[in-house]
Amino acid sequence: MIQFALKRIWQSIPVILGVIIITFVLMYIIPGDPVISMVGERFDESRIEELRNELHLNEPLWKQFLVYMGNVIQGDFGRSFITDRPVMEDLLDKLPNTAMLAAAAMFFAVLIGVGIGIISSLRPNTILDRGIMIFALAGISTPVFWLGLMLALFFGVYLQWLPPTGFGGLEYLILPAITLGLRSAAYLARITRASMLDVLNKDYIRTARSKRLPEWKVVLKHALPNAFIPVITVIGTDFGSYLSGAVLTESIFGWPGIGRFALDAILKRDFPVIQGTVLFMAIVFICANLVVDILYGVIDPRIRAERSNHAN
Amino acid sequence: MQTKGIWQIAWQSMRSNAAAMGGLFMVALVMLLGAFAPVIAPMHPATQVLDFRNVPPGFHGKVIRFKYAPALPEQIEAVTSVKKTDLHIEFVNLAGKARTIARSQYISEDNVYYLLGTDHFGRDIFSRIVYGARISLIVGFSASTISMLIGVILGAIGGYRESFASKLIMRFTDVMFGFPALLFLIGITAAFDPSLTVVFLAIGFVSWPGMCRLMRGQVLKVREELFVSAAKTLGFQSQRILWRHILPNCLAPILVTYTLGIAGAIMAEASLSFLGLGAQPPTPSWGAMINNGKDFIRTAPWISLSPGIAIAITVLGFNLLGDGLRDALDPKMQGK
Repeated sequence: MIQFALKRIWQSIPVILGVIIITFVLMYIIPGDPVISMVGERFDESRIEELRNELHLNEPLWKQFLVYMGNVIQGDFGRSFITDRPVMEDLLDKLPNTAMLAAAAMFFAVLIGVGIGIISSLRPNTILDRGIMIFALAGISTPVFWLGLMLALFFGVYLQWLPPTGFGGLEYLILPAITLGLRSAAYLARITRASMLDVLNKDYIRTARSKRLPEWKVVLKHALPNAFIPVITVIGTDFGSYLSGAVLTESIFGWPGIGRFALDAILKRDFPVIQGTVLFMAIVFICANLVVDILYGVIDPRIRAERSNHAN
Repeated sequence: MQTKGIWQIAWQSMRSNAAAMGGLFMVALVMLLGAFAPVIAPMHPATQVLDFRNVPPGFHGKVIRFKYAPALPEQIEAVTSVKKTDLHIEFVNLAGKARTIARSQYISEDNVYYLLGTDHFGRDIFSRIVYGARISLIVGFSASTISMLIGVILGAIGGYRESFASKLIMRFTDVMFGFPALLFLIGITAAFDPSLTVVFLAIGFVSWPGMCRLMRGQVLKVREELFVSAAKTLGFQSQRILWRHILPNCLAPILVTYTLGIAGAIMAEASLSFLGLGAQPPTPSWGAMINNGKDFIRTAPWISLSPGIAIAITVLGFNLLGDGLRDALDPKMQGK
C-alpha cells in the first residue's frame, strides 16, 4: 500500500515540473516588459536596468528558468508588483477562507447530490427519476455566477433571510457554499445514479435481497459502498477545483479567498501574483487528485494492483 | 432485408428520446435566433435610448428618431406627443419640454416595446439577447472545433504507436490536466488584450486534453481490431490506416465530446465575459450583460436575469443533445 502511494507521488513529480514550465513560459510570452509594468514608464533608464539585473531579466532564458525553479522549490513565488508583499504569504493567508468555503460547498454537494442520486436510482425511469435528472442537468447548465447573483438577490435582498454578500459567521457561508456546490451536486446526482444502477443489477445484491434483508440495508450497506468509487473521483477533482476555481463565487459574494485574490491581481495586471496563484493552485489541484488516487487504492485493492502493474 | 447504418439507428433512437429532442429543439431555437437576429430583434443591440434607462420588462414607449445633420449620428428621444406640420415636427419629450425640428431632420416615429426591459444605457435587452446568441454560438463552435482538432490529432498519434512522441504527448496531456481549467483560462486571457478572438483561441487551446485522452483510448481499442490487422497485412501505410480505417471508427465518441465541448465553451466564454476578460462593450455577450446588471441588481434585476436564462437554455440544449447522442451511438445502451 505504501509502495503504491509512493509510486503515485513519484509519478506526479514530472506533472508538477511541467506545470512550473508552462507557468514560466506563459509569463514569458506575455506582451510588454514586466519591469515597465512594475515601476511605470516614468522611471529613468538606470533604475530600470538595475531592476532588470535584480530580476535576472538580462540572463539567458534557461538561466532565468533555473532561478525561477529554484525560488519555487524554496516556496518563493515572487513579490506583488503593487503591494510588494510575498505572493506565498498572501496565498497562505487566504487559503483557510477558500478551504472553508470549499468544504462547505462539498458538504452541500455530497448531501444533496448523492441523496437525490440514490433516490433516482431506486425508482429508475419513473417521473421522479426523470424529473431529478432534468433538474441535475439544468444545475450543470446554469452559470455559477448568475446563480450566485440570483440567490443573493432572492434570499439576501427580497426575503432577507441571509446576508447577500460579505464574510463573517456561518450565515455568510450558506449562499456561497450553495452557489459553489450546486454544479457538483447536480453532477454527483448523475454519477451516483448511474453507478448505483450498475451495482443494483449485480448478483450479490440479488443475494442480499433473497436473504430478505431490509431494503435500506441492501441499499446503504451493500450497494452504496460499491457504487461509491466513481463518486469519489468527482468529489476529489471537484474539491481540488473548488480550492482553486472559486474565482466566480468568491468575487460575487465578496469572499476574501484565493479566487478573489487572483481576480484582483488579474484586473490590476499584477503578473507575479497571477503567475504565483496559477502555479500554487495547479499544485493544490494535482495534490488533491493524488490524494483521491491513493484513496482509491485504499478502498479498492483491485485498482491498487492494476495501477501498480500499469506503471511498470 | 435492408441493413441500417449506425447513424440511421442512432437517429431513430434519438427520435424516441424526449430529452434529446428537447435539447435539439433548444439548440435549433438558439441557432435560429442567431441566424435571423436582424429580423427578430426589434432594435439594434447597441442602440441607446437614454430616456428609457433600466425600464422593466413589458414597458411601452414612444420615441422619435432624427438627425441634426446628415453626417451626424441618429438621435433617439422618448416623446409623449408628436405633431407634424408640412415644414416642422413638434414633439414633447419626457421632461415635458417642447422642441421643434425641421421636416428634413426627421427620420421616424416609433412605438417601442421592451419585452425584457432595458439596461442602464437604455438598450433593449431582448435585442441584445438575440444578437448575443451569435457570440455564444460562434465561440462555442470555434473553440470546440479547435480543441477537437488538437485533441484528435494528438490523441491519434499518442495511441497508434508507442514512441517518444506519443509518450511526450501523454505527459503533456497530464500536465494540462493539472491546471484548474477556469483559472488557467483567466490567466491566459488576462495576459492579452481582451477580445473574443483571444477568448475562443484560449478556450480551444486549454480544453483539448479530454478529447486527447478519449481519442487515445479509442485508438488503443480499435487498433487491435481485425480490420486493422487486415489493412496492415494488405501493406497499407500506417498514416492511411490511422486516418482512413481507425479514425472513422472513433467518430461517435468524438461527436459526443464535441457537442458537450460546445456547451463547455459557451459557459467558459460567459464566465470570462462576466469577469470583463471576454467580449468588450458594446458587444452583446450574455456573460457581459450579467456583469453589467450586477451593479443594478437591486433596482433592475431583469438586466441580469434573462441573459442567465439564455445561457442556461443554450448550454442545457447542447448537454441534452450530447447525452442523447451518447445514448444513441453507444450500442450497449440500445434497448435500455
